[in-house]
This record gives sequence, structure tokens and C-alpha cells, in this order.
Amino acid sequence: MKVLVLVDHDRGTLDELTLQAFTAARSLGTIEAAILGDYESLAPTVAEYGAATAHVITHPLLVDYGSEAWADALVQAMLISGAQAIVAPGTDRGNEVLAHVGALLNAPMVANCVEITAADGDWSMIRTRWGGSLLEETTLTADRKLVTITPHAVVAEPAPAAGTVQRIEVDLDDSVARTIVADRVQAESGLTLQTAPVVVAGGRGVGSPENFAALDELAGLIGGAVGCSRVVTNNGWRPHSDQVGQTGNRVAPDLYIACGISGAIQHWVGMMGSKRVLAINTDREAPMVTKADYAVIGDVNEIIPAVIAALKAR
Amino acid sequence: MSEFPSNAKVVVIGAGIVGNFLVGHLAELGWKDIVQIDKGPLPNPGGSTGHASNFIFPVDHSKEMTSLTFDSQNQYQEMGVNNYCGGIELARTEARMEELRRRMTSAKTWGIEARLLTPEEIKEMVPFVNVDILLGGCYYPTVSVVDSLRAGTIMREKALALDAISIHPNTEVLDIETANGAVKAVVTDKGRIETEYVVIACGVWSPRIAEMAGATIPLTPAVHQMIDVGPIEILGETGNEIGYPIIRDMDVFMYERQTGGSMEVGSYAHRPIFHHPNDIPSIEESRLSPTELPLTEEDFDPQLEDALELMGDILDGAEIKYGINGLLSLTPDAMPLIGETVEVRNLWSAAAIWIKEGPGTARVVAEWMTSGYPELDPHQSDIARFYSFDRTEEHVLNRAAEHFNKTYGIVHPREQWETDRNQRVAPFHDRTQALGAVYFQAGGWERPHWYESNAHLVEKYAVANREHEWDARWWSPIQNAEHLAMRENVGMVDLTAFVIFDFEGPGVVDYMQKMTVNQVDKPVGSAIYTPLLTEKGGFKADLTVMRLGDDYFRVATGAFDGPRDESWFRKHLPGDGSVTLTDRTEDICTIGVWGPRARDLVSTLTSDDISHEGFPYGTTKVATIAGLSARMFRISYVGDLGWEIYVDMADGPALWDALYDAGQEFGVVPVGAGVYGTTGRIEKGYRLMGAELESDFTPVEAGLARPKVKSADFIGKAAYLAAREAPVTTTLCTLSVDDHTSASGVKRYMTGTEPILTLDGERILDAHGRVSYVTTAGAAPSLGKYLLLSYLPPEHAVEGTKLKVMYMNELFPVTVERVGSQPLFDPDDARIKQ
Amino acid sequence: MKVLVLVKRVPAPGAKINITPDEQAVDTKNLGFAMSPHEECGVELAVQLVEAHGGESTVMTLGGQEAEEQLRYAVSLGVDNAVLVQADTDDWDPMATAAALAGAITEAEAGEPFDLIIFGNESADSGGYQVGIRAAHALGRPIVSGIKAIETDGDQIRARRQTVAGLEEYRLTMPAIVAVKEGITLPRYPTMKGRLNARKADVKASSQPHTPGGQKKIRLIPAPETVSNTVVLGEGVESAGKIVDLLVELGVLT
Repeated sequence: MKVLVLVDHDRGTLDELTLQAFTAARSLGTIEAAILGDYESLAPTVAEYGAATAHVITHPLLVDYGSEAWADALVQAMLISGAQAIVAPGTDRGNEVLAHVGALLNAPMVANCVEITAADGDWSMIRTRWGGSLLEETTLTADRKLVTITPHAVVAEPAPAAGTVQRIEVDLDDSVARTIVADRVQAESGLTLQTAPVVVAGGRGVGSPENFAALDELAGLIGGAVGCSRVVTNNGWRPHSDQVGQTGNRVAPDLYIACGISGAIQHWVGMMGSKRVLAINTDREAPMVTKADYAVIGDVNEIIPAVIAALKAR
Repeated sequence: MSEFPSNAKVVVIGAGIVGNFLVGHLAELGWKDIVQIDKGPLPNPGGSTGHASNFIFPVDHSKEMTSLTFDSQNQYQEMGVNNYCGGIELARTEARMEELRRRMTSAKTWGIEARLLTPEEIKEMVPFVNVDILLGGCYYPTVSVVDSLRAGTIMREKALALDAISIHPNTEVLDIETANGAVKAVVTDKGRIETEYVVIACGVWSPRIAEMAGATIPLTPAVHQMIDVGPIEILGETGNEIGYPIIRDMDVFMYERQTGGSMEVGSYAHRPIFHHPNDIPSIEESRLSPTELPLTEEDFDPQLEDALELMGDILDGAEIKYGINGLLSLTPDAMPLIGETVEVRNLWSAAAIWIKEGPGTARVVAEWMTSGYPELDPHQSDIARFYSFDRTEEHVLNRAAEHFNKTYGIVHPREQWETDRNQRVAPFHDRTQALGAVYFQAGGWERPHWYESNAHLVEKYAVANREHEWDARWWSPIQNAEHLAMRENVGMVDLTAFVIFDFEGPGVVDYMQKMTVNQVDKPVGSAIYTPLLTEKGGFKADLTVMRLGDDYFRVATGAFDGPRDESWFRKHLPGDGSVTLTDRTEDICTIGVWGPRARDLVSTLTSDDISHEGFPYGTTKVATIAGLSARMFRISYVGDLGWEIYVDMADGPALWDALYDAGQEFGVVPVGAGVYGTTGRIEKGYRLMGAELESDFTPVEAGLARPKVKSADFIGKAAYLAAREAPVTTTLCTLSVDDHTSASGVKRYMTGTEPILTLDGERILDAHGRVSYVTTAGAAPSLGKYLLLSYLPPEHAVEGTKLKVMYMNELFPVTVERVGSQPLFDPDDARIKQ
Repeated sequence: MKVLVLVKRVPAPGAKINITPDEQAVDTKNLGFAMSPHEECGVELAVQLVEAHGGESTVMTLGGQEAEEQLRYAVSLGVDNAVLVQADTDDWDPMATAAALAGAITEAEAGEPFDLIIFGNESADSGGYQVGIRAAHALGRPIVSGIKAIETDGDQIRARRQTVAGLEEYRLTMPAIVAVKEGITLPRYPTMKGRLNARKADVKASSQPHTPGGQKKIRLIPAPETVSNTVVLGEGVESAGKIVDLLVELGVLT
């Protein structure tokens, strides 16, 4: 079976998750890469990861990303290459493009698979639900199979292949231009809970609105933003816009410093995307402490001022 | 955290409000090697305490609940986590206004500040209340909010400071091992702990944990819905956690309580929603906490309208930020469940219902465990108060469903349950039914309270009805008519609800002597009325003992006291098996026959000697009545000649028919418990356990001390002897109401627990701080009076003294008629002893 | 401006999701229900757009009768109309769902298209990432997904989405469709008044054919539990230095 793997890239810059898709797709058959746009420079990399052929699919409307343009072109490449399946990384673009392909082909698309068992007829796969809290066994019945791979479900491993470059010129209707990126804007400046690399968040253990001053100061010193738990906004200590959690903001900073937050699940789901979590809490058994990467046991109202003092002394 | 212990003196399971206060109190009382475990983290392990509204309304009609609450509030206050914010109960209806006047009366009885407010005064205190829909309110300045989590931490720390405890959160109980009917060990996911005592303070999880040991704690997790709405400017402007009095919108079963800039709106109006303890989600399965379940909005929506009607100005645009189906514990009768479980020795239950009585409840349990009986009489909270059929899951759910919506309801003191009726019926139930008996429930039995068949007697005896619906509720003038008919001729009373225990064995004399105050080592055939005391000399029980053989005693006690008394008797049975206790309640039925013509009636059915001389008062013997073998007991609780007649259950109908048929000639009337329990009793000044007789009072004070004290030792003897020597500070008295007319010209009739006041309207306290209040109120039809029983200190316990009684927030004049036990009716007992 | 927002009723679980014994569904015994978080933000967006530009908003879902709860919730937040596309079973795959919704949308529009249709980027429970896109194809309208910011002048919309590189902007002429992500708005809570209005709201019913695609759920499987090995840096104020060291180690401080 011939499988096309969609290469997710932005004007020639590869999204590394693509390589995981290559790795995952290898067991399904012969894999070939689909590079949308004239970005042949990507071909050697995908060959390194197992693409027997790299289809460089070109058209003037493929210079920049556009979901409809990519999908239309991909469908044509599929037909031309004779591939029976397309695998894409489960990125924003991968999922988006494959959904469009599914719509164009009137074929099912299974998103975010962690494991695929290919057979002659139906495929069987394990996919993620609930953001990964749950798995689902699914079967896919279709002439042309469309699948995306859950990010980080597999580790990308090289498997060098021939890497022949095949250029395909496609026809695209002008109408697909409507969903091509029209402009790019700089990210808004200033630190927000969503953009700050560090979030310093306070909970019941902070004790009073006045005690949040220390958290504000710490955040200022380390380039972070201040968040809080629900009980804090309920007590009127901080505005609702600062609340992190199921009912507030969802954040995913590099480091989340949870100060006096017990770690109720409704809070946890708001910050579980954080790369690292440091918990400061008097209760060693608090869920936040047991789930965190790092913990300091003690009263936040003593420890934070001490950290501030240590930072100032540097 | 220290290593997980393998041994303990006591394992306290639960770190909610009760568990935390319990470990603190136990430590203060000198306990060591306390191990406290909870499956959740600290300080909030996820039980009901964690989401409690944390406010305390101090007034309840129940003395026990008010006392527990008052003690709890003081404990919170002492540790600095109590904030007196005041609270107002609102009335939208006249019925509620009347209830608030009743509340005012209870507040006066228990010494809690309260005053009625006009709608305008409410508006002044809480400007955002729509007073157009209100008739008034009742303000309690000492309503408070507390920090129950902080309080719990303080108590745990107290125990830690005394080096009395090791605390293990995140530890789940897997099993409770027992041996020889007593607890042996608690098995947890962290290890096994051998222990002498176990206390279950697990709130909504209690039944599940108790079951591990084969015991029952009859409560159910139930939903109380609440939402948090805000932000609300006027609340935020107070700058306080709570700046306005808490509002209880009683008629719609809701409350509104400020929390910072938001308003918490809670409801007891929705349908009862129960969860089985095994179905409560685990901590990790819970979005908020195991006891904060998702709000089922369709149940709450109707309450939104009520809340908006009251506080639309501020609530209209406020956002619902949080809403839960919060779990709390409901018991069959809305009172706590405390004390040693009846099934397993040294396995204790410590289950409160609300934050308001948690600390007091914990203190009572700690004292009880330490000294055998607590300071505050846990009569209504004792877990031993239930019959086995009252401990079933079905019963708990039925009763909890029935009283949930009465949380803010207007509950008449005589009100009867609707659910789980006909649990037990007398063998002649069909006969009493045919006579139009109106049944009140007693110990699961359906007991006739009066008979509609006697309605014609109301006219004969010219009994007046009561003008006020409240006073006439759960009452009938027929009761008084039955009373007078009995006094004139003869009445027969269904007493099947009596609880009967047989005690047998070689050790029985010593045992019965140890248990009872009065001399029971009397000749076979004697019957003795006697109290049972606590170690401290207060009343524990009040019953009659019959000597049926050299090594054979029978005890008859009241239907409401049976399980508690049984538990007390069993707890003290000798360990050597020399005494056995058999519950005969289900085997034997009883009919009381009393009245001047009682002997005439019974004589027609028996050839045995039942003359005054041949069958003296206070004796018992077996006779043949209408061909049936019957035990007769010459006694009276109503003040007339007669007997209690006991026969086998199966013979009950025949006995009833014989007495009823033969009685026609003598004008027999069936007489209900209205006479037996109230009017007949009060004319004779007879005392009732749980009303006049509580562990707070001694036989001396109740006028039940005999001239001599038996030489045999008995429980409470030392205290009893001391009480006989000590100066009397209070005496149970009989008072009569001089004028029943209220300010509006309607005659009113007290129901009980009203305060007795000086002519200046001041509360009366004795030297020990015990308040004078009506322990029993009832008509004395033979005297044409309405009588009240109340303890009074010596300066007021003088016949002829004029005092006042408060009823529905009005004062009525009363006169002290009798001091002590001498009855007002037939003081020499000539009618009985003829 | 006529705005339609589509939502899906999903359980609102805690950390641990239990599966029913038949492995077919999430055990919802102790769970409440909500709409997917992306859609909560979509509802807020719809309400804000109508507040800003006038017009009216409609919320639509495909589900059983119980899904009315989510429709009414949206109404309680300020949405004007509600449509329930009736699904008597829960085996609607993405293709079937999209086809039914497209049919119901056409029916609801009655020739007057919604200016903007808002989908959530993916549902919280099944996460298929495609229903909006398939519906867009069926309706012949442009769609961009992953949208976290939106502006409109009434004719055109400028929709932005976050990428690793920054923000990219799309410009669509209405009628158009967007699939939004959480964060595009901060959803409000319902007011008490809103909640009462929602109780009385009229929910229109729509019946659409059920045409399954080729994706079939066999069973649900619990995810392997992740065990965290917390590194305890220390206790009390003495740990301040260790926290500073950690900040350096993680590159927060240089």
C-alpha cells in the first residue's frame, strides 16, 4: 500500500511533528511525502525519515498556507500518486487540511491516532479522546484512508529512504485563495497569562488580597504573570480575569509556580499544559504537590518574600 | 509525617468538623495514642465541611440542638474563628410570622437574643431586600459565620501540641476488624492499626465505614443546592467577607449569605436528592470535591425566581459563578448520631449534621468516651435511640425525604410522620381502627391518640374546642372528653407499645440492684417504679420493674425509650453470662383498664381475687381473664383504679373484645394516648423521661427521691447521696395558667418548652444556671385547669407564687400550684388505692 | 448580523474519567454536563458580536433531548434562538454529524444565510477536528479553524490564529464559518435572570437523516496513568535559594 504523509511546514520551515507522522506511518506501507508548495528543500529531511518519494506539489497559490488550497492539491497528488491513504501530523494544519480532504473525498478522517494496525480492508486504530485522558479503539472503513497522528505519541526515528523527488503541478481554482493566510502579525506585546513564560499563581494559602503583593513582585522580577485559583476570586481577592482553571483561563507556560494552591482538579485542568510545575504548599500531600515536578513545603507568605530577597541579592 | 502506626488507643476516622474537634477534645481530656486518618488531603479532605456555608443560626426549638449549637459557637468564638454578623429570618406569610413568634419564645427559653422586625426595620438593615413581599422578620444578633476548616486545623494542632496524636491524611480505610463483639483493628491502604477504640466521624461516608464492622449508622448523603452569584457592588463595598446579616427566606426554604463581593444562595426547597455512600465519587473522580456534585439546574431553577423576588435589585444581573449539589448528612429525625454503636463495642459514631453543632457534638462524644456519660444529655442524639427497623436504608431515605423540605419548615411539636407508618400494629388494631382511632406513632407502633367514636362525649362533657388552629393542630377535644369519661366510669388504653425486657439468671438480683435506684429486691409479685441514673446522678431511664421470680425480673419502659434503655442495660450486663436479657416487646400486648369502675368491669371476667386487699397496689400476678392467661399489674399512670393487663400477642384481640364487651355495662370508653400521656398524667404530676427527666436533673429535684436509700450499690449512688444532702436549687413544680387570653382576645394553649418568667418577664435560672421552662403542658379536664410542669428555683417554688409563661411571644399569667411530686388531682391517691 | 454557534453536550469530568462496563461511554453517574470549552467561548463570541453589531444569535446542537440543557445554557448567556437537531442514538460519527448539521443549518436559514457560523475547533470528548469543515463544504462556505481572535466590520471578518511563529490572519467575506479555540473570549457566567429566561425559551426541533461514514468506535480504553515523581526542593524559607537555582536551571533567569 502506498501512503502519503503530509509535510506540515510554514513556507519551507518544517514542523517537527511531521517526522513523528513519518515514523508512525512506516508500518502501513510504502510512504511518500507530500510537500505543498515549491519547497523541495524539505525533501532530504523527509527522505531521512523514510519517504521513498517526495512529491513537491506546486502552484502559485501554494506559496503560503491555505487550508483549501492545500487540501485540493493534496487530493490531486493522491490521485496522481496512486496513494490509498494520507497520514498527517495531528497539528492544527494537519488536522485542518485532512478534514478538508475528507470533505472533498467524502471520506472519513480519523484524528489523533496513537497506534494504527493496517489490514487489507479496514484499519484498526487507537486514538486519543479528552485531550489524552482517554483512548478509543476505532475502525476505519474507506477506500481512501485519512489519519492524523497524535503529537508526541511516537518518537521520531530516522529510517533513510531513497527520497526521489517527484514534482507535481496541480490545478487550483482561484476560489481556494479565500482561505490562504492574508497577513501575519506580531504577537501582542506585554505579558498575559496566556503568553507569559512563567505564571505565578496564588490560592487559598496566600491568605489575603494584601499578600498577593509579594506574588506580583516576584512575577515582575522573573518576567511572569500572576494568576489565581477560584477560591481567590470568590473571596474577591483578585479579579476574575486572573483566575486559572476550568472556569477561568487555561494557561501553558514554561513554568507554573503554584503558591498555596491545593490543586483541585478544576484548577489543575487549567494549567496542566504547563511544561514544569513548582508547588509551594504547607501540605505535602496536597494534590498540587504530588502532581508537581518540583515542590517546596512551607508557607508561601514566608517563602516568596525570601525568594524575592534572594533574587534581589543576586 | 511520622511512620505509619501499628497500634493506637483510638483511631478517629475523618478529619471534617467533627473528627477534628473530637481529636482535640480527646487530647484535652487526657487521651494519648490517638490516630486520626482521612482518605483526603488536609485541611480540606473533601467532605461536607469543605463546602459548608459555615453559618450558625443559634435558635432551635429543640433544647438539645440549641445547646449543642450554643456550645459549638462558643468553641468557635474561643479559637477566634467566629464572626457575629447577625441574621434575619423572614416571614412572607402570617403562618410564618406566628412561627417567628414561636422562635422568639424559644429564643427566650434558651437565652438567645432575638427581636421581631417590621418590614421597614428589615429594609434599614438590609437595603436590597424587597420588603413589599414581607410581613416581618426575626433578627438574631448572634448569628455568626465561622471558619470551619481553620477551626479543624487548630484542633488538630492542639492534639499535636499535647503529643497525643498522629495524623494521616490520604489514608483510606479498607476494613474494620472486630473480635468478640468489639473493635480490634482498622485496616487502611497504608497499613493495619490495632486499636481499642474506633470513632467514625466520616459524615456522609459513615454508613459505608460502619458497615465494614457490621454496624449501622443510619444516615444518608443528601443534596443541598447552592449557587454563588456575583460580583455584586453593594456587597463588595462592605470590604468584608460578610457585611450584611444573613437572610433566611423561610417561606421559600432559601437563604442568602454574603461571601465577600458575592452572594451565596442556598435552598432546601428542591426535591430530596440522595446518594448512596458507596456512590460518592472518589477525590480523583471529582471535578470539585467528592461532596460538591454538579448542580442539577432544573431542580434549582424554581428557586431562582424566589430569590429574584426577594433580592431582584442586586441578583438580577449577577452572574452564577458556581453552583453545586452539595452533599450533607441527613438522619431519620434530623438529629445527630452519636455514641457507641449498638452492634459493636468500642465502635463509636460521631455524626453531626451541620457545621453549627459539629464542635459541640464532638465534645459530647469525647466526654462520653472518657467518663461514661456526657455533661449534656444526648437523649435526642444518641445513636441507640433507633429500633432496628429504624436503622434500615429504606427508613432513613423515607424519613430524610420527608423532613428535608421541613428544614426551614414550620413543624408542629406534635406533628406526626407520614412515611413508614404501620411499622408495628397492636393485635387488636382492627378493633381500634373500627372505633375511629387517630394514631400517633410510638416506637414504630401505631398507638391510638384519641377515638373519633368518642366524639359524642365532647358535647356530654361540654369540652370546648381550641380557638387557634395551631393550638388545635394534632389535638382533639375528644381527648379531654375521653379523660372525663374515664374518670367517671372506666377507660381502656392500648399500651402495646410498651417495651418489655425479661432479665433472668443467677446474677439477676445483683444486676437489677446495680441498675436501679429503688429497692427491687422485693418479694416475687412486687412491682417497683424506679429511675436509672448516670454515674453523675442524672436520669438515664425511668421505668417499672416487676419481680416475676427469684431470678426473674421484667422491665416495662416507654416506647420512645426502648432502644436507648436496652443499650444501657446491655452495656452493663455482667460479662460472665449470669444474666440474660430478652426483648419480649413483640410477644406481649398490653391493655390498661382504669377508672372508678375498672374493678367492676374486670370482676365480670375473672374469678381471681382482684380486691384491694387481695391484689394491692404496686403488685403483679397472673390471673385468668375471660379464659386467657393474663399478667395483671396494679399500677396507674392516669390516676385511677386499675391495671395494666399483659397477654400473649395472639390473645390480644380476645382480651380487647372481652373487656370492651363486658365494659359496655359500665360505660367503658376506649381512651387514647392523649389521656394516658398527657392529661391523665399531668393531673397526677407524673414525670416523663425525656421531658421532665433528663440527665441534667436528679431524682431529688424531680421529687422522685424516696425517704430511704437502699443499701445495695447502684450506678449513680454516690452522686445521688450527695444530691440528697446538697441544698436544693430547683424543684419540679406544677403550675396552672390563670388566663389564656392573648392580646388579640384569642385563648392560647402552650405546647411545651416555653419559658417560665418572673412577673417582669425575666428568665428564671437556678444556681447552676438551669433555666425554668415548660417540660410538659396539658389540660387537666377534671380540674378545669391547664397545667404546666416546670423546674423552679426555691425562691419561686412556693405554692401560690405568681409568674408568667411566654407563648408565641406573649406573656400569660400562671400560678405555682404544687411544689414537688404531690399531684393536684386526688393528692392522696384515694382513687387509685381503693 | 445573524450569527449561529454550534455546541456539543459533553460530560464535565474530574481528573479521572471512568468508563461504563460496556466500554462504550464515559460513566456520567456523578458528572455534570457542559458544552465543550471551545464552544463556550464561541457562544460568548456570538453574544458579543450581536451586542456590538446588532442582529440575532442562534445556538444549535445535535443530540438527545437532554442536550436542551446546553442550548438553554447558551440562551441564558444571551443567545436569542435555539435549535435541537434530534439524535436518538449517540453513534453519530463526524460525517453523519456534519451532514445533519448542514441540513439543519440550511433549514434554519430558510434562504437567509447566517453571516457567521461559529464552531468549536474540536469537541472536548471525541476531538474529531472536522465537523465544522465538513459542514462548510456542504454549505459551500469558507471556513478557517483554530481561530483565537476575530474582528469584523459587518461584511468581512479578520480571523487570527496562533502559530509557533506568531499570529496569522485570514480574511473571509461573509457568509463565512470559523472554528474557534478557547481564549478567543472569556465566557461570562449566566445571570440569574438569564437562567430564568432560558427556562422559558422555545427550543426548535430539527429532524435530519442519519448517514454514517466509515469511522466506527469499537470501545473506550482508559489512558495509562501518569505518575509524577515530585522533586521536593526543601522546606521553609531555607529553600528560597533552591527556587532561585531552579529558575536559572529552567532558563527563566539568566
